[in-house]
Order: sequence, then structure tokens, then C-alpha cells
Amino acid sequence: MTGIALSTSDLNKKFGSLVVASDISISLPQGARYALIGPNGAGKTTLINLITGMLSPDSGRIMLGTEDITAVPPYARVKRGLVRTFQINTLFPNLTPLEAVTLAVCERRGEAGVWWRSLPSYKEAADEAYAILNTLRLGDLCERPTRQLAYGQQRLLEIALALAAKPSVLLLDEPAAGVPKEESGELFAAVGNISSDISILFIEHDMDVVFRFASRIIVMVSGRILVEGTPSEISANEKVREVYLGSGHG
Amino acid sequence: MSVQTHDAALPASLNPQDVLRRQVRWRVLEIIFWLATLLPFVLTPDYLVLCSQVAIAALFALSLDLLVGYSGLISLGHAVFFGFGAYTAGLIAKHGWGEPITGLAAAAFAAAVLGYLTSFIMVRISHFALIMVTLGLCLLVFELANQLHDITGGDDGLQGVRMWPIFGQYKFDLYGRVAYIYTLVVLFLAFLAVRRIVNSPFGLSLRGMRENQRRMPAIGVPMRSRLQVIYVISATFAGLAGGLLAQTTQFVALDALSFQRSAEVLVMLVLGGAGRLYGGLIGAIIFIVARDQLADMNPQYWYFWLGLLLVIVIIFLPNGILGGLAHLLSRLRSRRA
Repeated sequence: MTGIALSTSDLNKKFGSLVVASDISISLPQGARYALIGPNGAGKTTLINLITGMLSPDSGRIMLGTEDITAVPPYARVKRGLVRTFQINTLFPNLTPLEAVTLAVCERRGEAGVWWRSLPSYKEAADEAYAILNTLRLGDLCERPTRQLAYGQQRLLEIALALAAKPSVLLLDEPAAGVPKEESGELFAAVGNISSDISILFIEHDMDVVFRFASRIIVMVSGRILVEGTPSEISANEKVREVYLGSGHG
Repeated sequence: MSVQTHDAALPASLNPQDVLRRQVRWRVLEIIFWLATLLPFVLTPDYLVLCSQVAIAALFALSLDLLVGYSGLISLGHAVFFGFGAYTAGLIAKHGWGEPITGLAAAAFAAAVLGYLTSFIMVRISHFALIMVTLGLCLLVFELANQLHDITGGDDGLQGVRMWPIFGQYKFDLYGRVAYIYTLVVLFLAFLAVRRIVNSPFGLSLRGMRENQRRMPAIGVPMRSRLQVIYVISATFAGLAGGLLAQTTQFVALDALSFQRSAEVLVMLVLGGAGRLYGGLIGAIIFIVARDQLADMNPQYWYFWLGLLLVIVIIFLPNGILGGLAHLLSRLRSRRA
């Protein structure tokens, strides 16, 4: 059976007179790979902020599975399996990747509030963190402070931190942002290797990547959903070509 | 598959548990440091009273390090917990219960309760607001203690604190021998506790908050409740330090709650290096010894030298003296490698 992993209904958000989200209704089936595209300022990251609770909507509802999470604080949404990554590296510069991912694993296991036991005694958490780092090829860098990692490796660590929370729904905000095109392949290989049990909604500008990875595409323009459809529907859509793909991509 | 070939190339010896263990193991320098705290009994037996003051200031700075160095919070009113602990211990002893250990526990507990009650405000604000509110709280309690003259002795200080011998055996003596042993043992036990706390999963989440407040909720961390816990823990240790001062000097001056005390402990921590456990201890040693020596030469002039030292350290060693030493060591090591 394929249920709906995540859905929003009629989400609205304004900053003063600026409408950043207008009647956004999406639904992401379990295990799906959806892409969210649109020109800069279309409100894609805002939508992720709304879904994860970093912004609260003026109206509308957000459902994770069958649970209404509209009023649930951001950290508690993560505990329920709704996890995101950031377009701009949002990491812990002076922690090593092993420490950072172990922290995230401990948090998921409900162990990160324990102050009377020594961290190294959490063998399972450390092993799991190391395994996650290894699948993203960060294993042999796990002892370096994060700030010393190359930019692309930091992008991978973004994903590692999200995976450590064992998401059921993963929102990837431009996973390859800032990575040169020739190097972004490794990042998307990593994204491609993510378990198919996890539903993914990702923002991406590179159309080749979008068409390769997404089963459906949602196109946003000025805080609204312009159209949603399969890659072939989207590439054939006149309105999309007009507003988004434009002459440059045509 | 690329992932598999990579796995095969990994050094088989890497065990993540060992990697984490390496971070928390006792270093030789640490053991030397703690052995050196015994030297004053032999080398400077006339200065044991001063040594107690150093140990108390070190414990106070250690408590602040949990906030400033590990959690990335700032407080300009940490003396409120120190003073609250001092008055608690002093008042209990003055009113007929002079047993030191239970009195000290009461001081720590009272500070913890005050910390818990105020933590609800503190975890909701940050940056400048936090500086101002912590400062405001400290001034508030200072004036309260000043006004409650009948209870606290106000400006004159709390007189008539009489301590019983420790374990009914060891009387606090004029030379400060027992007092120094007592403060040193409490400092060491508190240090062990703090060391465990910062090396726990909880301690790791504190460092996470210091490093990136935005990421923490995104990995599922309830920051407010986490901050509340560390706030209470920090207040507890500050109260412990205050209690020690009241007991070993058998007196509580109003200045235990003063803004100056809040500022001085921050200076000690910055001098020594925040976020390194030993920073506050080293800072306290330098601060108290320098004050003693310089004030001997010229009492009014001592703040000049303190100011100079502070400016020099901040400019040349932004991470404090320990931060500078660590940097130097890692450079030497990389040159050798």
C-alpha cells in the first residue's frame, strides 16, 4: 500500500504585504521522489521552512502521515520523522563529523539528554554514526573538525546529519548548492542511494538532475504552485516553459 | 558499486568508539596539574588562605564555563548564584547548624532552585537581552540582600557564622590548612562531575548549541529544556563555590552578590580560555595571585595591570591563555610531522 507521507492543505504565509506562500497544497506519497522547482524567490525554501515549522503559516494545515503537525514545534517534527537539510551549510564547525552525527543519532535514540554517562560508552550510537558517514564516504574524515572539510564534503555531512535522524520524510534544500556541476554527481549518487522507504522532496535548479531523479515535479512561482506533474508533462507544459525554463533553458 | 570499493579501502582499525574515547581520556598534563595543587602545602604554607580563595574562584569560573564556554550562553550576573549559595551556607551556620557538608549541600541546592526558577526566562532570550537580564537579576538580588539588613546584615556583612569541624574532627584553623584541603577536595569532586557532564551525550549537545543554534532543532534537539538543565547545573556549582567561601571565611560580605564579582569571574574565564575546563582554573590562579601580589605593591593601581593583562590577552590570545597554548602545541606538532 502507498499512503500519503506528507501533505499540506492551503498553506498561506505573508510577510507584511509580501505573499510568500499562497494556498499551497501538496501531497507526497510514501517512498516518492518529488522535485520542487521554480525561479529564485518563488518561495521554495519558505515552503520547507513552513513544513518543518521554522516558520508558522498564517493559515492552512500540515499533515505527517495521518497526524496534524501544524502546531508541533520543529524539533518534535524531527522526532516524528520529518527531517530537512539546508541550502546553506548549517553544520557544527568545531565538532568532528563523527561527533556531529553521533549527536544526531543519540538525539534520535533519546540519549542526548544524559549527562551522567560518558559519550564513548554509547557504542551502538557511535557505530551507527560511523556507518552513516561511511555510506557517504566521509568515514576516513570523521576525526577532522568540520570546518576543515572541503565544501562538497560538508554538503555530504548535511545529508549525513539528516539521515541520522532516521527520517520517514526528507526535505533536501538544494543538496548540491554551490558545488561545481562536475562534482555534483557524487552528491546525487548519495541522494540516489537513500533508502526507498524514505519519501523525498528536493529543491534543485539543475534540470538534468531533476528529470533524472524525480518521479513528479512541483513548479512554484511567486509563492504559488503553478503546476504539478510528471517530468514529461512538466517539460511539455507551455506555462512552465514561459515562466521558468524561459528562453535560456528552452 | 563505489561505496563498497571505498569500504574496502578503509583502515580496518578505525573503531568509532575508540575515536570518541581518545577525546575524553585523562592526559598527563591534567594529572600533573592536580598533583601541583598539593604543592602549596609544602612550598607556600603561609599562603594557604589565598590558595582556598583561588580554589573557590576556580570552582566559580568552572561553573560559568558550562554556560559561556560549552553552551554559548553569556551571563553578566553569575554572582547571583554564588552569593545566594554563600548566604544560604552562612545563614544556616549562623542559626545553629554549623555542619559543613550538609551546609554546603544546602547552598548548592538553594542555588539550584534559584537557577531553576530563573531558567524559564533565561532560555527564552539570547545575546544582549540575556546579558541585561542576568545583570538585572543579580543587581536585584544584591539590593534585596542589602535591604534585608536584619537577615543578611546588609552592608556590614553576615556576622556570627560558626562552623563545626569537618566530620566532627577537623577544625578550620587560622593557617587555612583544613580550609584549603576542604575547598580542594570539593573543587576536585566538582571538577570530576563537570568533566563527566561535558564528556557526556548531553555535553555534546551543549557544544552543538554553541556551534549552531539553527541546526539543533533540525536534528531533533529540544533546545530550551536542554538549556534549562545546564542553567540549573551551572547555578548549582556556583552556589557550591559561594557556600565554600562563606564556610571557609566564616563571613559573607554583600560583595558576594556584586556586579564586580560577576565581571571578575568572566574575566578569569576569558583570561584562561573558555570551553576548555581548565581555562577557568588557570584564569582563577592568575587573577587571584596577581591581585594579591599587585595589590600588595599598590592597592589602587591593581586594576591598571589587570586591564593591561586583559587587553594583551584578548588581542594576542583571543581564545585565552590555554587556547594560545593549544594552538602553539598543535603548530609544533604539525611542524614535526
